This record gives sequence, structure tokens and C-alpha cells, in this order.
Amino acid sequence: MDTFQETVFKLKRYWAERGAIIQEPYDVEVGAGTMCPETFLRVLGPKPYRVAYVQPSRRPADGRYGENPNRLYKHQQLQVILKPTPDDVIEQYLGSLEAIGIDLTKHDLKLEEDNWEAPTLGAWGVGWQVMLDGLEITQFTYFQQCGGIDLELVPAEITYGLERLSAFLQGVESVYDIVWAPGFKYSDVRMTDELQFSVYNFEMATVDRLWRLLGEYEAECKELLANFPKYPEKQRFPVLAAYEQVLKCSHLFNLLDARGAISVTERVGVIKRVRDLAVGTAKLWAEQQQPASDGEAA
Amino acid sequence: MSLDFLLEIGTEEIPHWMIPGALAQIEKLALFGGDISVDATPRRLVVRASGLPERTPDREQVVKGPPLASGEKAAEGFARKQGADPSALRQAGSHYELVKRIPGRAVRDMLAESLPAAILGLQWPKTMYWTGGKTGPRFIRPIRWIVALLADELIPFEIAGVKSGNVTRGHRKLGSPAIPVTIASYEIELRKNFVVLSSHERRHKIETEAARLGAKIDRDLLKTLTFITEYPTAIRGDFDPAYLELPAEVLTTVMRHHQKYFSVETEPIEKTVGKLAPQFVAVINLPGDPEGLVKKGNERVLRARFNDARFFWDVDQQKKLIDRVEDLGNVTFQAKLGSYKAKTDRVVELVKELGGNAHAQRAAMLAKCDLTAEMVKEFTDLQGIVGGLYAKAQGEPEPVWRAIYEHYKPLSMEDSIPETAEGQIVALADKLDTLRGCFEIGLVPTGSKDPFALRRAAQGVVKILAEAKLDYLLDQLAIGELRAFLKERVQYYFREVRGYKYDEVNAVLAPGISELRDVEARLAALSAIRSTEDFEALAAACKRIRNILKQAGFEGNGPMDAALFEDGPERELANRLAEFVLSNETDYSKRLTAISGFRPAVDTFFDKILVNAPDPRVRTNRLTLLSKLYSEFSTLADFSEIVTEGNSRTTD
Repeated sequence: MDTFQETVFKLKRYWAERGAIIQEPYDVEVGAGTMCPETFLRVLGPKPYRVAYVQPSRRPADGRYGENPNRLYKHQQLQVILKPTPDDVIEQYLGSLEAIGIDLTKHDLKLEEDNWEAPTLGAWGVGWQVMLDGLEITQFTYFQQCGGIDLELVPAEITYGLERLSAFLQGVESVYDIVWAPGFKYSDVRMTDELQFSVYNFEMATVDRLWRLLGEYEAECKELLANFPKYPEKQRFPVLAAYEQVLKCSHLFNLLDARGAISVTERVGVIKRVRDLAVGTAKLWAEQQQPASDGEAA
Repeated sequence: MSLDFLLEIGTEEIPHWMIPGALAQIEKLALFGGDISVDATPRRLVVRASGLPERTPDREQVVKGPPLASGEKAAEGFARKQGADPSALRQAGSHYELVKRIPGRAVRDMLAESLPAAILGLQWPKTMYWTGGKTGPRFIRPIRWIVALLADELIPFEIAGVKSGNVTRGHRKLGSPAIPVTIASYEIELRKNFVVLSSHERRHKIETEAARLGAKIDRDLLKTLTFITEYPTAIRGDFDPAYLELPAEVLTTVMRHHQKYFSVETEPIEKTVGKLAPQFVAVINLPGDPEGLVKKGNERVLRARFNDARFFWDVDQQKKLIDRVEDLGNVTFQAKLGSYKAKTDRVVELVKELGGNAHAQRAAMLAKCDLTAEMVKEFTDLQGIVGGLYAKAQGEPEPVWRAIYEHYKPLSMEDSIPETAEGQIVALADKLDTLRGCFEIGLVPTGSKDPFALRRAAQGVVKILAEAKLDYLLDQLAIGELRAFLKERVQYYFREVRGYKYDEVNAVLAPGISELRDVEARLAALSAIRSTEDFEALAAACKRIRNILKQAGFEGNGPMDAALFEDGPERELANRLAEFVLSNETDYSKRLTAISGFRPAVDTFFDKILVNAPDPRVRTNRLTLLSKLYSEFSTLADFSEIVTEGNSRTTD
């Protein structure tokens, strides 16, 4: 039986052998691997790209103080982006399951329709949730649009839920019982974060300050976006830095939401604020990707 | 010579619910004749046909040439241009003409040309592109292989970079990824490779196996499972009987909607909810589960799901529904219409206005509180039901909790209405409030756009009014545009759900919409009598009367002067009418029979009497007689709306 980390190694190795860059997690809080620039920005434009990375993903509202065996404030996704999508993408994906020890002749695998949409990112795609013996282990999406932009090369996004997959492989009921490394369980590694961040997110985060921070990051992003048109050397322009402000806003939004600080009426408005930033950033990035768009263009 | 045809469009997994619709379209593909049969699995859409011709028949085309007067030179030039010998020209009237023979074409070539567009032309609820950017081909999911054979010869074409061939694919893991086939071997080869092509057979296999394992067969689920498997097998799993403490509604929702399992029942069903057994039946895409691995996996998933449900139940019980009413202020119903608290206040008032008792008012107040419950956030289909169950657990009286439980009903035209009077009135008020509010702020459904499901709400209103036999008039409940919208739903209901003919519905609704139970009673009476000869003839006569009155522009409704009646048919008709009015028959069937009885008198009247009499007083008197007759008959239904033989017009 493989440990959690062994399963991760195998998956990374598998995709590396298929030409993917193995990236490390992005170092700004995100709610899902999709939000990392390695996905959100790289899928835009005409350049092929293949990347795989584990992304710890924070969802403050899902925290359960470490008490629920299946819900986590922070879970880990293995995110694979194949741009453009190879014709045998599903066969490749099934191969990755076999590589981590799942005998697909003995387990029930179904691809059930599940289309993906992220209103805060102006992004959507079609695809499936992959069900293994009734357990959703992967989201598979063909991106169609990102940051409000139609994609030139349709990428496949494969997102493995690593905790679920490991719990399945190890036959344990609770994610906390997953053996992470020899002698260490998931609970040894992560229980403290789950508890402390649940306390912070639900009880102690300072609502006023979070709102102010949200406003500050938004202002920073807006100012950057506004500077782009008159900035002389487009390739040097820090679109990536602008995008980090978007991620900060998105995370603060999630925190405020978990804290119960966003009324339903406000919600739509805040989502739109974040979306405008995301769409604005994506537009600049796409412009930078166009071969013609050197210093003098635009 | 007649040829067999096979087309298999190999795709990645198509959403199960779209497959039947796609097959219905494929059945209509133009294949130049031949008997078509279609079938599908999630990964393939298949058309087979026999009796296709090898070639389309030759045909002749007449090309008009120059006038005879322009001479032979011109004729030769024309022939050359047409690629014909001048001797082939013939003279037709004042011109030359050429009869060209257009040879038929090989059907194989024509299919090769037409199939790509026909395949990509299939309509799907949502399509995607996967190659060639946004201008690339669109389909429901990527096309990965194509088999296209005519009498075992390849029909060559290409879609999205995929060339047609004679190689299919088997089950994703149990079959071969490359299987050369002929038309005759195709289905057999698939079966060897763990694909049961026939959806009928898959459905049958699932149904019999699941039933044998004790599954309670659910038609929708059966259909879903048929189209998400290529080689289905039913297996049974168990769960800890301790979970049976949770309400059966919650357990079955988890099993059916979230896990696509059939539930298993131990005892015969009493009333609506049967007694669940601690078991489930899953349908897997494999020939079996000899080591029990799939069973074990599914059991573990279900256990986690049930644990969640139990956790939600326990958490939710910490705050009673009644203490959640204020929380509804934070749940938006609609931006302009305010929160669910505001909606709740309106619905409580409306329930009072409609004469709802204290239980109904209490239920209206608590009805939406479960929207703040964790259980409903997780299992949204259970809204209302969870509220009802919580109300029961919290000691609300039965009429209250049952009204909450069933106030979303009917969920569709097929669904039943709430059973209790309190449930009916709360359901009615809730839907009416939604309709009134949305219409007031201009959220009126157009075409396929109906985000607030107002059609369903309106249908629910109509169904409850009709089937609960409530006494409210539509005109009291709604004004303006909403009234018209509800009227449309009334027509739809009586036609599509109750099965009355459209002209009967139009006839009964023409005098205005009364209480719906009364509408139904009139429809029943009308429908029973309409096939009689007298009635059909009388309906025709009514139409004639209406036209006469219309042409005469007659709107007078003054008294009749009996002295002006001509003895014979006219006076007899007038007397008969007087008797009829006096009898004031209120039983609809008897009244209609009496009206049908007018037929000979009306017929004779039209035979013998000239309405358009020279004496204007007589004329007016006759028109008045007809007008009174017409309005007397029309209290129950406007018979001129009835389509009689030789007069099949569409609705106004």
C-alpha cells in the first residue's frame, strides 16, 4: 500500500513522463488549482503548455475543526493541464490511475457529466466528474473560456482530489487516517492547521480589517490595470503581480464569506468586483501573449 | 441491388440525458431510403440501415436553347457549350432544347459528402469545441473514431481530423481499443469486447438483475443507468441499519440522486413511504464484482454520505425552525422582491386572505425556514420535505408539518398536489406570491427563458385549484398579464393533462373562466355529448348564428315582441327557448342534452325562415331571438368554437 506522498510521487512521475512540467504549488492562497497562474493565465493564448502540480487549496467555509472525516479547510489537488488536449487524453488519464495501483478491470469507473463554471473567473468548461466505485476522484474539464476569453487551444484540466484518492487506495474511512509518510498520518501533519484555521476563519478573523484589506488589494490591482495602456514596454508590464492581487481578493472574499460577513445581496456585488479584476487581468495577459504585441503594439 | 449501411460515431462519454434526443434526430438522417435503426451507448451513436440503393437513379434535365430563328450556328454553339452533339438537340416550339441525362451518383459518394455536415448538425443542449479553436467543429464531446461502411466498403470522410474507417473500440478497460468490423460482425464484436450495443437490452439487464436483488425500480434512474454504462451489472451492498433512524426521504435521496443507487425495501409499501432495508443496489459498468471490491468501495462512499446527513440532522436540530424565521431576512428571494423573510410575511398574509386556518398560517410562517438548514444546503432537492420532518420532530401539529412537507408540490404536471387542505393553501399562496411578485417587476417568462420556473409555479396553481376543487376564481387571484398567463396554463392543463380536445377547452373557456372544478364539470359534460349527431349539428348551427349576428353587426339585446313571430318554425323555436329559460337546468349534462334537443327546431328555423326579413322590425325581432338563443346556449360553453366535420379550423 502506497503512502500519500508515494501516490503523489507516482502521479507526478507519470505526467512528467508524458511531457508535463512539474511545478511546485503556487505561493499565494487559492481556492482551487485552477486559480493558479499556471492554469488561469497559461491556458490563454496560442502557446502549447503542459504542467502538473500539487496545489493546497483553501476553502475557509469547508473547515470543520478537524472533526469531519471528509471535509477540510485545506485540501490538496493534483492539477494537470494539457494544452492542447491530446486525442488520447482519457486513455492517458486512465493510465495514471493504473500507475497508482488501481486495477480498472476490477473497479467500476464512470464519467458522469459535470460542467464547470467559475463566475469569479469568467471561466467555464464542459466535462465530467470521474466516479470510481461511486466515489468522485477527479474533475475532468475541457476549458472553453477563461477570463471571459474564448480559448484558442482547448486544454484539458485534470484535477485529482488527493485525499479522496488516497483514502480510497488505503481503504480508510477518514482522511485523517491516511498514512502520509511511514510513521506519519494525515492527522499528524495537518490536524493542527485544520483546527486553528477553523477557529480563525469562523471565530476570530476581524471582519472590518478583512473588508479593508479586500479594498486595498482591489485598489492595487485596479491601479495596475489602469496603467497598462500607457505603459511603454508591454512585455515588462507586471500582469502577474496584478493577478496576485486578484487571488488575494478572492481569498479574502472566501474568508469573509466563512465568517458570515457577506449578506446574500452583497454577495453578487463582491463576486462581480473580483470577476472584473480577473477578466481585466486575463485580457492583458492574452494581449501580452500575442506575438505582435511587442513594446510598440497595442 | 440493396446495400447495408453502418455508421458509428465514437465519442467520449455523452451525458446520459442527451442521448435519446440525439437518437431521435439521427433516425431522421437522409440516407437515400432504407430502413433505419439507431442505438447508442455513452461512447457511441450508431445508425444501421438496410436497403440502400447503390446509385441514385438517372434523371433527365431539359435545357432550353436559342430560338429556332437564330439559326444552326447558334444551335451548334449551344450544344457545344452543353457538351452535347448538335444532333442531340430537338426543336420545341420556337426554341431548340437539349434533353440532358444526368447520371445517378454512387450513394457511397453522396454519403461521404453529406455525413460530416449531418453529424455536426445534430442539435445538443450544450456543445463544445476541442480542436481548431472557436471556429473548429462543435459537438457534445470530442469525436474520437468513426466507423462508416456501405456494404462493408468504407465511406470515406473526415470530421475534426478523425478519418472514418472500419475499426471500432470496445469497453474502455475490458475491450480492445481497435477492433476491425464488418456490418455483420459489428454487434457481435462489440459484445465480445464488453459492449452491449442495444440500450433496450441494457435496460432489461439492469431491470431484471436489480429487481432480483430486491431493488425498488425507479424509472428515471433506470434510464440514466442505461445510458451511463456499456456493460451494466447490478450488485447489492449493505449499510449499517443504525442509519435507518434517519428519515427515509433523506436516505433515498442520497442513494438515488447522489449515488445513483436503487433503494431496497423490506415490506410492502404503506401509503407513500415504504420501509427501507439497510441495502442498496448499484449498477456497475463491468460484468461482475467477484472479489467484492466495487461493493466495498460503494459501501464506504455511502457510509460517508450518511454520516454527513446525520451530522447535518444533529446540527440542524440545535435551532428550531421557529427560531430561524428571522434568519430568513438574510436569504435573498429575489433582489427586487426582498428576502425570504419578506416573502414569508406576504405568504402568511395571503394564506389569511384565502381563508387559511391557524395551522395553515403557522405552516406558511415556517415553510421556508429549512433554507437555512445544513441538510437543505447539502440536499437541495429536499427543501420543504426536510422542513416538514424537522417540524414534526420539533412537535408541530400534524397539519402544520404536513403542510410544510408538501408545500412545493406539485413539482411537475405529473406530480400530485398536496394532500392536506393546509398543504394545498400554503402551496397555492407560495406559488401565487412568486408569480405576482415576478410579474410585478417584469420578470415574465419568454420563450425558453424562465429562470424562476414561473411556468411550473403557474401550472402548480392551476393543478391545485382544479384537483383540490377549490372555490377561488382566477380573476380574483390574478390581474393583467398574470391572469392571461394563468389562463394559458388552464388551457394547457385541460388539454395536455386532462386530455380534453382543444376546441372543447376553447368552447368552455370562452364565456370566461369560472372555478376550475366547474370548468372541468362543464368539459366532462361537453366531451360526453359532443360525438352525438344532434350536438355536432347544433354546434354548426351556433357557428352560423354567430356569423349571422356578426354580419348584421347586431348587438341589440332588447325584448322580443311575440306578436311579430311568424307562426310555425319561428314561434316554435321562440316557445322552446322560453321553456328552456324557465327550466333553468343546472345539471350540465341535462342542460347539454336539452340544448342538443334544439337541433330540429333550429334546423327547421333556418330552412323556413328568412332572417333578413324586409320588415326591419321583424328582422330585428328575429336577430334578437337568435341572439338570446346564442347567449342562453353559451353560458355553459361557446359551441361555435367546436370544430365540426368538414370544418377543421385551428384555434383563434
